[in-house]
Amino acid sequence: MASIKVLTDVCTGCETCVSACPFGAIALNDDGVAEIGDTCTLCGSCVEACPFEAIELTKDEEKTVDLSMWHGIWVFCEIANGTLRGVGPELLGQARKLADELHTDVTALILGDEGIKDFAPELIARGADKVLAAVNPGLQQLNDIAYTGVICELVQKYHPEIILLGATGFGRSMAPRVAARLRTGLTADCTILAADTENHLLQQTRPAFGGNLMATIICPKHRPQMATVRPKVFAPLAADESRKGEIIVENVQLPKDILVETLKSSTVAGEDVNIADADIIVAVGKGIGSAKNIALAEQLADLLGGAVAVTRPLVDLGWYGYAHQVGQTGKTVAPRLYIACGISGAIQHLAGIAAETVVAVNNDPDAPIFAHAHYAINSDCVDFLQTMVETIKEKGYKAV
Amino acid sequence: MKIIVCIKQVPATNEVRLDPVTNTIIREGIESITNPFDTYAIEEAIRLKKKLGWQTAAVSMGIPAVKEILRDSMALGIDEAYLLSDRGFAGADTLATAYALAGGIQKIGGGQLIICGKMATDGDTAQVGPMLAEMLSIPHVTDVAEIIRIDEKEMVCRKLTDDGYQEIKLHLPALITVNKEINVPGLPSMQGILDTYDAPVTTYTVSDLDVAPELLGLAGSPTQVVRTFIPNLAIDNEWLTGTVNQQTDALLSRLSEHNIIEKEG
Ligand SMILES: Cc1cc2nc3c(=O)[nH]c(=O)nc-3n(C[C@H](O)[C@H](O)[C@H](O)COP(=O)(O)OP(=O)(O)OC[C@H]3O[C@@H](n4cnc5c(N)ncnc54)[C@H](O)[C@@H]3O)c2cc1C
Ligand SMILES: Nc1ncnc2c1ncn2[C@@H]1O[C@H](COP(=O)(O)O)[C@@H](O)[C@H]1O
Repeated sequence: MASIKVLTDVCTGCETCVSACPFGAIALNDDGVAEIGDTCTLCGSCVEACPFEAIELTKDEEKTVDLSMWHGIWVFCEIANGTLRGVGPELLGQARKLADELHTDVTALILGDEGIKDFAPELIARGADKVLAAVNPGLQQLNDIAYTGVICELVQKYHPEIILLGATGFGRSMAPRVAARLRTGLTADCTILAADTENHLLQQTRPAFGGNLMATIICPKHRPQMATVRPKVFAPLAADESRKGEIIVENVQLPKDILVETLKSSTVAGEDVNIADADIIVAVGKGIGSAKNIALAEQLADLLGGAVAVTRPLVDLGWYGYAHQVGQTGKTVAPRLYIACGISGAIQHLAGIAAETVVAVNNDPDAPIFAHAHYAINSDCVDFLQTMVETIKEKGYKAV
Repeated sequence: MKIIVCIKQVPATNEVRLDPVTNTIIREGIESITNPFDTYAIEEAIRLKKKLGWQTAAVSMGIPAVKEILRDSMALGIDEAYLLSDRGFAGADTLATAYALAGGIQKIGGGQLIICGKMATDGDTAQVGPMLAEMLSIPHVTDVAEIIRIDEKEMVCRKLTDDGYQEIKLHLPALITVNKEINVPGLPSMQGILDTYDAPVTTYTVSDLDVAPELLGLAGSPTQVVRTFIPNLAIDNEWLTGTVNQQTDALLSRLSEHNIIEKEG
């Protein structure tokens, strides 16, 4: 088992490790030497930081896995109710770049009924070299157990070295099951994916602590290397109809015991816009003053073809649906434009925003949101919304 | 019949304060709490206990201090608490965490329903629940907003999806992860706090469980953090001044310049 120890005769009590420890696990003991407490996660930051090489981390010898049989990048492209979710092509674009650096190829993996083959040309135009279509009428419904069973069998057959999946509701539910069955690593919600060409590894960078810290993660000894990515993090490649690709159709069996069944699906009134997919978001916070004022934000969103988002207090007050909450305990959004009205800019809210352009409207010039806004408007947000709606109607602006 | 909730201790805030000299994270003085989403899991277990008369247990993997949040859950009405604590569990990624929790749950005889929070606020991964379900070979549903009905054999729940909601039926035993729509967590009663002040928390080490030690903790974690850094969040910002009308006009022209909006016709 892995272990860590301080070489007490080498430690000078300089405390470099104390401040280097991200978990606050190290303190000087009565003898003036470093002592590592229970909160230690064996991350090794102290070992690197120690100027005297006084800390020893012993990692276990791991069984070496034969990595040479694993090749190619797979992108799982989710098809929900006959529609290809946008994140699939976005990831194909990124996979294409990684594959060129790693000298390997890109496969778009799709599951569903016969009809899914029709998506193959688009997937190839967006960067796939191959389309692997797993066909069974029972795969028309997104189902964790059915999809996990089928994907794991295909992985055992084809041995991809990397699998990328969209962090959609379904992707976030199914990918961990697949990783657990394959006993491999899975990194959630990556925002940067890079190729380490020397070691032939995928470097997966993701936000932690609500976006306050970025962590780069690798999966050195297990295959496939798996990562999920939120929609809109990467842009798709322009469709290139001249690209050629191979289509492989697998008529697959479903697992015996499915155990879960979707009885019905509904899109809630007013909630048919998934804020994670919106290009323009009008977001409101407590500063909006009352539930009925949110109608102004809805009008503005309608005029711009966008969606309304809210901060947590509005959901807690019952003013708006949870499906619209942005932030650490809500959704992450990546629109082109985010207009924050009457929002203070708490770190938990900011954690959910990955917008290209942020506009903040607040009557307090010291509101923290202004530090994160490209355009700062120190005004009453109700006035602002009213004026925006009127001006846009009068001058006839619309979203590009 | 038993309901098991998995709860995690997390720092009360996510604010990362940096030591300006060493550029490392300052963690002193930050309080620990029960992961906010897990409080909904605890509440739901207690409600189901009242309705169905099932037993309830809370399980956590962490340092000995985690006993505190386990006792908090007992003060609210959870019957038994189990802590998985050992250096051998340390440094676990989501896979090794799920494996340890699966070992702990098997040790206590398994549950008919396992409830996890939707995600932990420190790691934000939302992976442990589905991974744990897979390791226990039971079905799962994430992001549950309501349990519509439940008996010993099956349950129907309402789940938040990307586009709205879904009603899902699943066979028990099963695992669900819950979001904050499911209930409003109660506060512990004075009596509850007094009764559980010293309540026993059963602690298991690696050797107590029927698990392969090499699949636990750092050694059992396929993923490794190789670098951490503070993102550069600074941006150029422009203040739009004047009356609201002037501000609005300025904004609309900036947005047109950036090709985000355009004039019709
Ligand atoms: C564990 C945890 C998780 C959380 N998760 C989330 C999350 O996912 N999403 C989230 O949003 N929050 C979350 N929060 C809550 C978060 O910390 C903040 O409390 C919340 O984001 C504040 O919302 P607000 O900006 O709407 O309200 P306030 O902080 O009350 O801000 C209102 C703002 O409006 C301004 N204002 C007032 N009147 C006007 C006016 N007439 N015109 C213009 N401006 C005006 C004020 O100056 C102020 O800046 C979480 C908190 C915790 C502890
Ligand atoms: N160390 C742990 N002990 C007990 N439960 C945990 C632990 N880590 C995660 N969980 C459970 O898994 C959920 C999701 O956590 P995460 O995958 O880390 O976002 C949490 O809400 C808990 O219910």
